[in-house]
Amino acid sequence: MPHKVISLISVGRHPQSGRSRRADQDSRAVELGLKLAGTDLDVVHAGNSEEPVLRQYAGMGLPKVTVLEQTESADALPALSSYLKAQQADIVLTGVRAESGESSGMMPYLLSEQLGWPIVARVADIVEIKDGEAQVLLALPRGQRRQVTVKLPFIASVDNAAQAARQSAFGPGLRAKMATQSGSTEDDSVRVNWSEAPAKARPKRLKVVKAKTAADRFKAATAKPQGGSGKVMKNETAQEKAQAIFDLLIEEKVIR
Amino acid sequence: MVIDWLPSILIVVLLLLGVIGMLRRASLWRAGQPEKVNIVAGLMAMPGRYLKDLHHVVERDKYMSRTHVATGGGFVLSMVLVLVVHVFKVEEQIVAWALLGALLLMLVGAFFVFKRRLNPPERLSKGPWMRLPKSLITFAVTFIVLTLPAAGILPEGTGGVALIAVLSIGVIIGLGELLFGMGWGGPMKHAFAGALHLAFHRRPERFGGGRSTGLKPANLDGDVLGVAKPSDFKWNQLLGFDACVQCGKCQAMCPAFAAGQPLNPKKLIQDMVVGLAGGSDANYAGSPYPGKEIGQAKGSPNEIITAGLVSQETLWSCTTCRACVEECPMMIEHVDAIVDMRRFLTMEKGETPNKGSEVLENIIATDNPGGYAPGSRTNWAADQNLAVMKDKKEVDVLFWVSDGAFDMRSQRILRAFVKLMKAAKVDVAILGDEERDSGDVARRLGDDATFQSLAKRNLATLGQYKFNKIVTTDPHAYHCLRNEYADFDKDGALAGVEVLHHTTFLNRLVQSGALKLDAFKGGKVTYHDPCYLGRYNGEYEAPRDLLRSLGIEIAEMERSGFRSRCCGGGGGAPITDIPGERRIADMRMEDASATGAELVAVGCQQCTAMLEGVVEPRPEVKDISEILVDQLIEEVH
Ligand code: SF4
Ligand code: SF4
Repeated sequence: MPHKVISLISVGRHPQSGRSRRADQDSRAVELGLKLAGTDLDVVHAGNSEEPVLRQYAGMGLPKVTVLEQTESADALPALSSYLKAQQADIVLTGVRAESGESSGMMPYLLSEQLGWPIVARVADIVEIKDGEAQVLLALPRGQRRQVTVKLPFIASVDNAAQAARQSAFGPGLRAKMATQSGSTEDDSVRVNWSEAPAKARPKRLKVVKAKTAADRFKAATAKPQGGSGKVMKNETAQEKAQAIFDLLIEEKVIR
Repeated sequence: MVIDWLPSILIVVLLLLGVIGMLRRASLWRAGQPEKVNIVAGLMAMPGRYLKDLHHVVERDKYMSRTHVATGGGFVLSMVLVLVVHVFKVEEQIVAWALLGALLLMLVGAFFVFKRRLNPPERLSKGPWMRLPKSLITFAVTFIVLTLPAAGILPEGTGGVALIAVLSIGVIIGLGELLFGMGWGGPMKHAFAGALHLAFHRRPERFGGGRSTGLKPANLDGDVLGVAKPSDFKWNQLLGFDACVQCGKCQAMCPAFAAGQPLNPKKLIQDMVVGLAGGSDANYAGSPYPGKEIGQAKGSPNEIITAGLVSQETLWSCTTCRACVEECPMMIEHVDAIVDMRRFLTMEKGETPNKGSEVLENIIATDNPGGYAPGSRTNWAADQNLAVMKDKKEVDVLFWVSDGAFDMRSQRILRAFVKLMKAAKVDVAILGDEERDSGDVARRLGDDATFQSLAKRNLATLGQYKFNKIVTTDPHAYHCLRNEYADFDKDGALAGVEVLHHTTFLNRLVQSGALKLDAFKGGKVTYHDPCYLGRYNGEYEAPRDLLRSLGIEIAEMERSGFRSRCCGGGGGAPITDIPGERRIADMRMEDASATGAELVAVGCQQCTAMLEGVVEPRPEVKDISEILVDQLIEEVH
């Protein structure tokens, strides 16, 4: 039985121009969805079906986009959760962060709370779906991955480490169908109280790099943080302890 | 005796078969999309276009132009007279003598065709083209002998049945090539398709010394955007492909071909012919796309071109330099066809290679290809004290800065130009942050939707202000503003405005004495013509005049002026970056070094970037405005 995969999309915001665009992580969620379900993928947006950004998503080769028609001030949560329940979704994909408004960000957590489904955060890839379970690769810092097995149905937020979205083509985007259903009419009571302000860059600890060459600077910038990987040796023989120190010195290139 | 009539009957039969073939060929072109042409005016203008415009191009190769006049002119005249003498049997001796004269002319021409084919240059196609001179000679000799009795030189019935039999074979060989082959896809097809192509050319403005280089807008409401299948071309584009004589002049000029990238404009046109007629390229007897074998390409009018006929890399290798179009004696429009097919790849398939998709996405979201904040567009001019249109509203010269504003190297050119304008007390302003990318790159990458959107928004901005001239240092923006925006300028934002390249404008300032310049004291200087300034806009002289005004004697490169070799920077080629064996910019720098120049003068930020990207040691590269500014005599008050 093919699995029902749904990607949720929102209106993103370009970091430099502030203009509406397809959100980067949401479009990665669509890309992953296309990999899992092909054109059977259901792509869902709660909002205005006239929104031009939806055409940018559709340009990735989607024959249609499902739009739960509602005003900007309406709460997306009830509309989405009842839609997902009705569709008997197996996997729901979102981004990790919202680029504007109430989109990826809190949404996957709120949905998982409402539906009682597990949430898997920061997914890099979904490798396999079999026997009601999915093999999921989580993105960890510095390109590391952790594989976990998750029972269907679940919600996954897609990390920047996932496959980048394919190019959006103007023609198919223009021709895609907007399949509208009525969304929710409830006002989003939390959101009314939001006030939006441009993000400030977090202060960074100055790192004094003593490196002389570009290669050293590169190493200093990319080196793993130290600590945590130590080993406590108590019961070994002196011989073994000496060997361990010797190996470490060689590994760290202190001696050759 | 029946046998006496044999040659006449053969003439009529072959003529009829030829006509049937031509009608069938015409039906192949009609598979293309409709495009309005003025049929009567086109046909009337055709002989003039042939004699003037086509021969203007052929004339560059004196040998071939004389040969073609003799052979082609001789043939057309002989064919008419052959019908008069041998089919309608007009028995005036004078007509027969005229026919003999025409045939002799053709024979002489055919002999020179034969000579060229003894050791043909690489750019020429071989195959059936090698037998053409022999067929021409057979035709001429056969009809000379056949006409001798009518001219009263030989008595009627000389040679008897045997001679007539031999001559009949000659008639079949000669007319088989010249009439039958014309209709059924032999080498002589070029005469028939070529003549009609001249009559129904998609850019009639090109004739009579005109220029027409702006791309045609894509229809964004179509079922399919761009050209997917050969039948998506306009019918007269298909006709144009069929006119190709496989002379390879385009191939010899193509920078991508020379760099070993998988593009050969001649092969591309021949593949289009394969597409429109259906079949494979197995019979193609010319140079291949570098690195690709011949015989693999298959297609038909309703098959997707990039699914077996032409590979995508071939289409993305082109720099849109127009060297091929400039050189083509049949006035075929390669660049139009290539961009038409790119439109399909970008707007329907979303398959712009390498950095293409990122650049397009940046242009859409930020109006510049680098993805910089639109609000930082004027940062370069923070210390320039330049007036902004929003405050000025009305000005003599609007300086179109272009995306060089975001690039540190290009900013040096911008600053030099501003300094010169200030020295000449020009009343100038810029759009500041209201300016957007001109859309050049988006359009060449096939994204006409984005180009059209940018053009319309830029025009709306321009429409709010009054200015007499718009001047830019970027030939690509210059080309868009001057030649491509008109299609979208519904409210006449640019009506009556002079669009100028900075070299043209500076030249006027120098000629009028508004700029005082010292003589240049450096070493040897050569000048590189940017494609979008030269071939696209015909400006070859102003930059040279400027250099001369500094007392510079330009050491011209072998390929300069209308034959200038591209720097490799146009058409989005550095973005799609299709690998070859060499880099186009390196080859251009070799051209420059060969002149012994220490300085390459250019008139384009893109050329500057490409040529400066060549590893040292190499001549220095400077925009003309940078050279001028160093020689500026500043008045002290
Ligand atoms: S396209 Fe033009 S220049 Fe090229 S081979 Fe054909 S006729 Fe010659
Ligand atoms: S425009 Fe230039 S690069 Fe493109 S095919 Fe013609 S000659 Fe080659």
